[in-house]
Amino acid sequence: MKNLNSVFAAYMIGWTVFFVYYISISRRTMALRGEIERLKNSLNRGK
Amino acid sequence: MKKSVLSAMVVLLLLGVAAYAAFFVAPTDAKQGVIYRILYLHVASAWTGLTSFFICFIANLLYVLRRQPRWDWLGVSAGETGLVFTTVVLLTGPIWAHPVWGIWWTWDARLTSTFVLWLLYVSYLLLRTLVEEHDRRALLSALFGIFAFIDVPLVFGSIRWWRTQHPQPIIMGAPGSGLDPTMYKVLFFTWFAMLGLMTLLLRQRYRLEAMRGDLEIIQHGLEAA
Repeated sequence: MKNLNSVFAAYMIGWTVFFVYYISISRRTMALRGEIERLKNSLNRGK
Repeated sequence: MKKSVLSAMVVLLLLGVAAYAAFFVAPTDAKQGVIYRILYLHVASAWTGLTSFFICFIANLLYVLRRQPRWDWLGVSAGETGLVFTTVVLLTGPIWAHPVWGIWWTWDARLTSTFVLWLLYVSYLLLRTLVEEHDRRALLSALFGIFAFIDVPLVFGSIRWWRTQHPQPIIMGAPGSGLDPTMYKVLFFTWFAMLGLMTLLLRQRYRLEAMRGDLEIIQHGLEAA
């Protein structure tokens, strides 16, 4: 089973890239939701 | 159960089956041995990346013609998703190349045009951070996105038009080229699973961009008031 480690490394790197991207979208979405909430609250306080 | 959680679970299941098929169902290549199994991740990611760039190109064209923000949102989402898949192609390629070619990288037509494609879409995303006004930013990035897509036919044709270190095409190639029928089935199944992943990421990213667009409109409205 020559090069099996390289095959595993390639798959691990590939899945890690996809996972990190998915997490990055989720984090950006949460940050934006927080920003919208903050804006809503400051608007309500201004009324 | 929420629809988004259910679709994520279906995609995960498809990817799991695809990985199992790549390791345990597909036969081992007589020449390359086990290392060739990178093909299923590498080639399926490449095809999915090109599909994503094609969606980006269509969205950019539609933005230029109709000037509706949703096409801008789809364009940037597809551009970013395509870039992620192309990054996987550029990372897994050298891992496969080293034991087979004896080198990690060479500046042949296929590898160079793929690297240029990656750089073009990095520039496409960077360009968006440089322009403040959202209509101007959307138009400029749509025009740049249309220009960037010119490299996609070059990537596709590079192994058909020029002699390269990179292997010749496995579909629509010269007579006698191709794969074992089981290898084809596993490859197309992996591509199908990757398209599922692309759709999932694209949908999430589009939602984020739509929220960002709405927030910008509210902020501009507040500043103007």
